[in-house]
Amino acid sequence: MRFDSLVDSVGRTPLVGLPRLSPSPDVRLWAKLEQNNPTGSVKDRAALWMIQDAEKRGILSPGATVLEPTSGNTGISLAMVCRQRGYRLICVMPENTSVERRQLLTMWGAEIIFSPAAGGSNEAVAVAKRLAAEHPDWVMLYQYGNQANAQAHYETTGPEILADLPGITHFVAGLGTTGTLMGTGRYLREHVPGISIIAAEPRYGELVYGLRNIDEGFVPELYDPSVLTARYSVGPKDALRRTRELVAEEGIFAGISTGAILHAALAQAERAVREGKRADIAFIVCDGGWKYLSTGAYAGTLEEAEAALEGQLWA
Amino acid sequence: MAVQVRVPTILRSYTGGAKVVEGGGDTLAALFDDLETRHSGLRARLVTDAGDLHRFVNVYINDEDVRFLGGLDAKLSDGDSVTILPAVAGG
Repeated sequence: MRFDSLVDSVGRTPLVGLPRLSPSPDVRLWAKLEQNNPTGSVKDRAALWMIQDAEKRGILSPGATVLEPTSGNTGISLAMVCRQRGYRLICVMPENTSVERRQLLTMWGAEIIFSPAAGGSNEAVAVAKRLAAEHPDWVMLYQYGNQANAQAHYETTGPEILADLPGITHFVAGLGTTGTLMGTGRYLREHVPGISIIAAEPRYGELVYGLRNIDEGFVPELYDPSVLTARYSVGPKDALRRTRELVAEEGIFAGISTGAILHAALAQAERAVREGKRADIAFIVCDGGWKYLSTGAYAGTLEEAEAALEGQLWA
Repeated sequence: MAVQVRVPTILRSYTGGAKVVEGGGDTLAALFDDLETRHSGLRARLVTDAGDLHRFVNVYINDEDVRFLGGLDAKLSDGDSVTILPAVAGG
């Protein structure tokens, strides 16, 4: 396939079957390989759509400064797009994110402002909102509330999956900004009556939930629970176990959040088998495992890996 | 009937610092009423005056979000595990 430039190659990722992890010929799992995007994650779609949308609306012009709270992948995607278009990018990122993410952001030309580990991405959002108020000329794309984030998936991820898997019965993805689930979920619901849209939400160590009070909690503005069928919380042990199974059984080397998604997908598969129903379950592989090697996720015993992840924002 | 309830750091002032407490009840609402008898003040942090789950509180029964299981009417069985967490951002 030939493209005019790197950003033109975003999307159209492969959907591959999991012959060994699928429980039966009637209940099959399919992985959407988003690590095949230019910067290696599903976030390239949202980043490109948010930038293009801001350009269309005239709020981004050459030389502009873009600001974004991000735990990593969205920042990396934005950095790639911004650099090519001549925008300065400032990312606000929690300090408890992997060293690879920092190096990649810097490599693609982004500046990083760190927010405190306690409170995780909530703190990054709060810091970014303060900075945006102090610098009215900076453009905060704000992935948590930007409809272009969900729209990217409504226009690309959803149609791609349906074209490759017309018999789809379940779609499973991670819940962060909720953009992937809202956009893809809405598209699939419109075209596949009765489809199940399943969210897998990473459950971190206690440090990440270290808010001072409940009112500092955060629900992304994009989130519409009516799009979802069910939502599961997946802890680091299950996420790590499934991440390792995915590479051992199917050869797919994915990041840890994908393990959490696979865990929820396998639960749906087991349920279909129990109920004697046919199922074609598509799930998102958010990114490859490269950025998480330093977390220890792939080395030693599961217990050691889980201990190493404590306090880390691993998804 | 006993259910294990995991309490987040931020609400442990109501459980004497305990990370896991036990409770009973055949629905989530009944469980919260039962917990309130021993951990006074906890219920008001989870449920609004209007009788809904607080917007920034997520509750899971065996890792499934109760908002998709009937909310406060979600059914509980002996041995279930309930996890309470504040809503945090991802991405």
